[in-house]
Amino acid sequence: MKLKQLESLLGTLQQFSNPKLELEQYPTGPHIASRMLYTAENSFGDVSDKVVADFGCGCGTLGLAAGLLGAEHVIGLDVDSESLEIASINADDLELEMDFVQCDIRNLIQRGNATTSLYTQLVSMSSELGTLHVGQIVDTVVMNPPFGTRRKGADLDFLSMALKVASQAVYSLHKTTTRDHVKRTALRDYNASSAEVLCELRYDLPQLYKFHKKKEVDIAVDLWRFVPQKNQRNTL
Amino acid sequence: MLSSNIKGVTSGFPLRIEAEKVVEKQVELNAAFLKNMFTKIEWKPFVDASRAMGYAELPDEAESSMLESDEFLQKFHHALLELHLEEGALVCPETGRRFLVNKGIPNMLLHEDEV
Repeated sequence: MKLKQLESLLGTLQQFSNPKLELEQYPTGPHIASRMLYTAENSFGDVSDKVVADFGCGCGTLGLAAGLLGAEHVIGLDVDSESLEIASINADDLELEMDFVQCDIRNLIQRGNATTSLYTQLVSMSSELGTLHVGQIVDTVVMNPPFGTRRKGADLDFLSMALKVASQAVYSLHKTTTRDHVKRTALRDYNASSAEVLCELRYDLPQLYKFHKKKEVDIAVDLWRFVPQKNQRNTL
Repeated sequence: MLSSNIKGVTSGFPLRIEAEKVVEKQVELNAAFLKNMFTKIEWKPFVDASRAMGYAELPDEAESSMLESDEFLQKFHHALLELHLEEGALVCPETGRRFLVNKGIPNMLLHEDEV
């Protein structure tokens, strides 16, 4: 599939009808989403025939983009049931199979046995995957995490989990202003074997919430590719 | 693994499936993908899960040489990718806590006192 075609299909997706500020629900625009997944597939081969998980999937844009590019199985996780409903409708509209699990990725982190519980949560998606070790089966995690402006550290909580789950690669968006911090933390604390900014993008944030004073704001975000350490999944 | 995530629960595996409604979806078979997945799953709980969803065609034991059989691949494919639990619950074997599955989406959110 061509990049333009991917972008235009993603442009047809329904977005949050009633975005929730506390969850930092901002739609991932078709421009960014298409480039993120297109790069993952065409530069790194991390999408087609893979199991892809979309963390904090919201309306499902990134996961569905993975599906359009030939992912074998796509799983969307989100804490918000309304978002999951929209994502599920979006999947139907594109005639794509995508599984969804309602769970809280952030909560897991605050608990002592984070890995165990994550494992567990992920496995719940086994409604159709039977009893797979989801911690082992997910090849690639794609995500547009909360940037952590409302709840500090939310972005890194997502990253930490993603690096525990993915066996192959994690693609994520983080504010460019946090670049050094993200890199240091991923390599030092989250066991990433590499952390690379693939490109810097403009994230055009439409005026969604009342506290937004300007009609539209561009913020600079980095598209990252992280590679987890190979042996890490054994600890799950 | 299919396991539970409640605080204090150590194994919580495997979650038992209570199926109220199972739907079947057609998915194209991808042999290379299935062979790869075969190495990653635990067969016994997988068979139990598919039986709980009303599919009893899988053998109790399996080894990789069986992947050469188209008939076996077809069954494995069906149980793995085409059976979907639409309505029902996943039950923690240790505590009996039920995680409901609605419209195909398991709700694994914990109550405050479980976190």
